[in-house]
Amino acid sequence: MSGFLEFEGITKSFGDLKALDHVSLSIRQGEIFSLLGPSGCGKTTLLRICAGFETPDSGRVLLDGKDITDLPPNRRKVNTIFQNYALFPNMTLRENIAFGLQIAKVPKKEIAERVEAMLQLVQLEYHAHKRPHQISGGQKQRVAIARALINRPQVLLLDEPLAALDLKLRQRMLVELDGIHDEVGTTFVYVTHDQSEAMGLSDRIAVLNRGVVEQVGTSTEIYEAPRSSFTAAFIGDTNFFNGRVCEIIDNEYCLIEIEGIEPRLRFFNDKNLRANVRVDVSVRPEKFSMDRNPPVPSLKHNTLRGIVEDIIYLGSHSKCWVRINDEYLISVTSQHSRFLLDRKPILWNEEVWISWHADDGYMLERYDENDEALLALPSDTDLIEEPAAVDDVEAE
Amino acid sequence: MKRSRLPAVTLVLVMVFFYLPIIILVVNSFNEHKYGSAWSGFTLEWYVHLWKDADIWHALRNSLLVASVSTVVSTVLGTVAAYALDRVHGKLQKFHNGLIYMPLVMPDLLMGMSLLLFFVAVGFKLGLASICVAHITFCISYVAMVVLARLQDFDFSMMEAAYDLGANSWTATTRVLLPALAPGIAAGALLAFTLSIDDFVITFFVAGPGSNTLPVVIYSMMKHSRFMPVINALSTLLLVVTFVAVGSSQLINNKKGTDLP
Repeated sequence: MSGFLEFEGITKSFGDLKALDHVSLSIRQGEIFSLLGPSGCGKTTLLRICAGFETPDSGRVLLDGKDITDLPPNRRKVNTIFQNYALFPNMTLRENIAFGLQIAKVPKKEIAERVEAMLQLVQLEYHAHKRPHQISGGQKQRVAIARALINRPQVLLLDEPLAALDLKLRQRMLVELDGIHDEVGTTFVYVTHDQSEAMGLSDRIAVLNRGVVEQVGTSTEIYEAPRSSFTAAFIGDTNFFNGRVCEIIDNEYCLIEIEGIEPRLRFFNDKNLRANVRVDVSVRPEKFSMDRNPPVPSLKHNTLRGIVEDIIYLGSHSKCWVRINDEYLISVTSQHSRFLLDRKPILWNEEVWISWHADDGYMLERYDENDEALLALPSDTDLIEEPAAVDDVEAE
Repeated sequence: MKRSRLPAVTLVLVMVFFYLPIIILVVNSFNEHKYGSAWSGFTLEWYVHLWKDADIWHALRNSLLVASVSTVVSTVLGTVAAYALDRVHGKLQKFHNGLIYMPLVMPDLLMGMSLLLFFVAVGFKLGLASICVAHITFCISYVAMVVLARLQDFDFSMMEAAYDLGANSWTATTRVLLPALAPGIAAGALLAFTLSIDDFVITFFVAGPGSNTLPVVIYSMMKHSRFMPVINALSTLLLVVTFVAVGSSQLINNKKGTDLP
């Protein structure tokens, strides 16, 4: 491994709870790296170990080749943006931003120049004399960024920095963060539970679950080729099937027999599975096309017939649940760019055909049935709360 | 609809109940009549008496000395105690909390007696020092309670932010924690000063010969010489000092308030 920031076999327990279990990650210089996972997955603990607020039970943290595991926070060239910003209320914004340089005993003239430059970067020149309680959440966020970046850290740690902002502001700050990163080029480590933030901002993402790294990859890799059921279900929506490989076709594809589903389904066999092996597969809802007429038969497409059980209109698209053979409930996204022009939109209880390309299904390496709970099923009342914007980013 | 007169009547009664005695006291301090039972003419004689009364000035000096020392010591110790109560989570935490609360609920009489017994038992000479120790003992609890309330509102991620930005514990404490706690510490100190300067019961027990504080002297004046008019004059002066102090602190607070949006 030759990363800029390296975690080597980090393990950390709090009492009986194992927060991190042999986590190893390698983060490159200058990239935006996200730690993504549900609350309690250990992402914040990992960040705090990197900042120096926690010491791992075992394992090492290397920054630019140097072991920083036992260095106290004030001696690491790492700065943090806290979830609640943690601005000093007794100081003006200018004093807040200058704090790090004053501690480092930088000459006054240089401090003034660098603070001015930072204020410009985060567009707060006209608010510099105010105190934290006099500015808005988005502005506080920017002060926190300026206060951290002015010390020219080797790594900037961001602990759910947008969690306290509302949706619109969050999207704008995301763009601003990206712009700031382009300008300063510092390595960002970004902790979030929000998949859309992570996917929109990051160069690479590490998905964490119960203290273990599930997968590391770019947004596309994580979304299109999830290795585990957790990754598949936590990022975006998906459908799971369990079946048995019953025939290999051209060394590339295989037919999978799934109990209760006719006919056998064709999947891309990227795991080189042999016949008679059991396998878990997943197909994302937007990979399906849905029609009330049977599609033209094609060798590379799978086609199933079902009944529409539920439709939820979400603005940019609709979510449908299609019941197959009274057994499987499949989530299907239906785009409707010409919604009003559709003479006969598909309605509840209609019989439909859904089909998808064999390459769009995906074989999982690991499956845990608990992860199905992460999927939003139609009975869930909180479905409507899911913002349409989240799905926009996923679709990228 | 006719408005009820009850609120107005209550208000007047409460005001009379609170302030009439004080007004009588102030008026009597200018009354020529020695026992204050009737108005026999205006005089400043009692203030002249007061000015010449060496005992009272001596006692006032003692009181101020004791109050200053016990305020400083109890503010420091109380703040440290509050910090420990908030940050250290040991098995004895609840017990410690109870210990700090104790002097708040314990009768002064009990406290005074036990302190006296303690001083006698360990051979501590009764005097200003013993009064200071006694006052510090109960003031710590009040300071700790006030500072603790402030601490519980303090977001400790600010301390982490300070460390993160390169500060060591000393800088983080002096530049971030203490400024945030300052209002609480100041309120605690003020409370300690007030409690110390007018404590009678505990002081009465632990005061030695020649180390009387103002409340004790006033009490003995009332009991023995019954020279009421001088006490009235003294009380009036104390009243004026209190009003000026409270008024100016209000003024300062209001000025600070205009900073806010």
